[in-house]
Amino acid sequence: MPGFAATLNGTRYVFADLKALLACASPLRSGDQLAGIAAETDEQRVAAKMALADLPLRHFLDDALIPYEEDEVTRLIADSHDAAAFAPVAHLTVGEFRDWLLSYQADTGALAKLAPGLTPEMVAAVSKLMRNQDLIAVAAKCRVITGFRTTLGLPGRLASRLQPNHPTDDAEGIAAALLDGLLFGIGDAVIGINPATDSVPDGIRLLDMLETIRQRFEIPTQSCVLAHVTTSLQMMQRGAPVDLVFQSIAGTEAANRGFGIDLAILREAQDAALGLKRGTVGSNVMYFETGQGSALSANAHHGVDQQTLEVRAYAVARAFKPLLVNTVVGFIGPEYLFDAKQIIRAGLEDHCCGKLLGLPMGVDVCYTNHAEADQDDMDSLMTLLGTAGVNFLIAVPGADDVMLNYQSLSFHDVLGLRHLLKLRPAPEFEAWLGRMGMLSEDGRLPPPAADSAALRRLISYE
Amino acid sequence: MNDVTKDIWARWRATTRARIGLGRSGDALPTAPLLEFQAAHSRARDAVHGAVDFAALAAALAPHPSLAVHSQASDRTAYLRRPDLGRRLDPAGIDALSAARGDYDVAFVIADGLSARAVDTHAAAVLRLCLEKLAGWRIAPIVLAAQGRVALGDEIGESLNAAAVAVLIGERPGLSVADSLGIYLTWAPRRGRADSERNCISNIHGAGMSHAAASDLLVWLLRESRRRKLSGIDLKVDPAAALPTG
Repeated sequence: MPGFAATLNGTRYVFADLKALLACASPLRSGDQLAGIAAETDEQRVAAKMALADLPLRHFLDDALIPYEEDEVTRLIADSHDAAAFAPVAHLTVGEFRDWLLSYQADTGALAKLAPGLTPEMVAAVSKLMRNQDLIAVAAKCRVITGFRTTLGLPGRLASRLQPNHPTDDAEGIAAALLDGLLFGIGDAVIGINPATDSVPDGIRLLDMLETIRQRFEIPTQSCVLAHVTTSLQMMQRGAPVDLVFQSIAGTEAANRGFGIDLAILREAQDAALGLKRGTVGSNVMYFETGQGSALSANAHHGVDQQTLEVRAYAVARAFKPLLVNTVVGFIGPEYLFDAKQIIRAGLEDHCCGKLLGLPMGVDVCYTNHAEADQDDMDSLMTLLGTAGVNFLIAVPGADDVMLNYQSLSFHDVLGLRHLLKLRPAPEFEAWLGRMGMLSEDGRLPPPAADSAALRRLISYE
Repeated sequence: MNDVTKDIWARWRATTRARIGLGRSGDALPTAPLLEFQAAHSRARDAVHGAVDFAALAAALAPHPSLAVHSQASDRTAYLRRPDLGRRLDPAGIDALSAARGDYDVAFVIADGLSARAVDTHAAAVLRLCLEKLAGWRIAPIVLAAQGRVALGDEIGESLNAAAVAVLIGERPGLSVADSLGIYLTWAPRRGRADSERNCISNIHGAGMSHAAASDLLVWLLRESRRRKLSGIDLKVDPAAALPTG
């Protein structure tokens, strides 16, 4: 393939190949600098964006970033591309595609029909030309609805994952955080535990515990122990109550191998979970987490920028019709996303790009203690994502995950955002909150009175 | 929140360090837990951005000699952005270590890592206990490494010609613990060693592993490593060796 070029202020900038062009056009982030592929100057970055804007979208169908022969993710992307769905935008350049996405013509229905015709590389490319405002506006037009025991992604709704982690997987400690979250109306996307130890017996113990609480209070939601997919397979073989199969995924075959997975094992796990027929309102049984930088971290990035690789991970996800996908955007650390500016931008990119590919995107709005970020920045990102129509957010007690040692959103944060933006929980879960007597007449969830029946019922749980 | 509710949460609070039952001001955190969270975050950030008092460390380790080196990460910002630079010595450090090159059984490195507080609080005490228990070992001058990551020990051990290297380093602070120390042991240190070739002792802090238990475990690992000439996933810790002695 010949190189790409643009002339800016009398200087001709040349980019050797497509991945160099995409990397230089990517907004500044520390992970691309660490990989040595970021633009060296701001002007070079804009020149790359100009060259990228002139590139026909079709080009991405003929110029694989990672060779077809070497990478099963590339093969998945190429082999599953829907040319008929692509047709409405097939004549556009990347720059014209941005204009089209922002146009009134690109409404919810048109974007849903387009999704199977888009490749992750096209979506990553156009996102690099979009401002945060554009990422919010376009994502807000997308609607991705999935279901298991709750229906997620409906307009006017914001779901939440309740994450009651404990450093030693203590059942009572997990129950304490879980009950606290339920009192804030959290948990309609999933009640999901990151186990401290990834073992089959421990996972089954936690699943049984979640199942007991769910049935005791008749909560319409799904549970998940976020163990490795091979652990979940063994748990299912032993008859454990597995609602959702979780797995971290990445955008290259080599990075996925670093996670100990490939497409075949994901397919096997999906088939096993579908066979359990545990869903009531839908049969989306997979839950995936992703995050920019994971491929570089595994030394499996092929010289491709971290945002493009992140969107390639979404191509893996969409092959399995997941109930939930979320980017763990600030978890990976400052060597990949240095500060709040980079974390916020990446969170909006991940959400918009996932939605364009037809995924039920949520976000873990989070940071570590060595990143230049704090809870004020999480307030900003959470509010932006709320306006962008994010399917779900993750919440932990007091924003402090005592097992994974990072900060996410608090139960308070998600509740406050729902009230501020007039967003409601998933309908089945909302009806349960009503039955528990936790909702006021206007549908809000006020602080429980000390003698409230819900409070007494939940926290007297033994 | 009245007294009855407080009592019920007290029962649950005993089961977890998680911030449960915080109450609500409208939808938001009440002022007291809001400020408690900020206090914890400030402790963690100060631990990341603080500087280790290496002069005090050298004094605490005397009469055992020590020498100071610096990684290629020039400051904290470079350290956080470029993990690769924190794993390599700057030229002055290479010269200093070459001058001290010998034939050592073990080299100890104290590196700031991600918590200056952990190093200031625990490193000298743990290392002095180890030195007492390693009579007869040929021990290199203690290397005090600024802006250092775990793998910096590979280049240090190689430069000193040490059979093994143990790196005592500040772990990434959480909100509940900001002064946790970790120790990484590597047999036959060479640049490019993989993490799977190291043994790790983590969570050394007031509410975690004691100085005595950590030094016992490290000395046991050092002896086993020397006997079997390896470290990492093939060197499994005997649970009895990890028992604290007080």
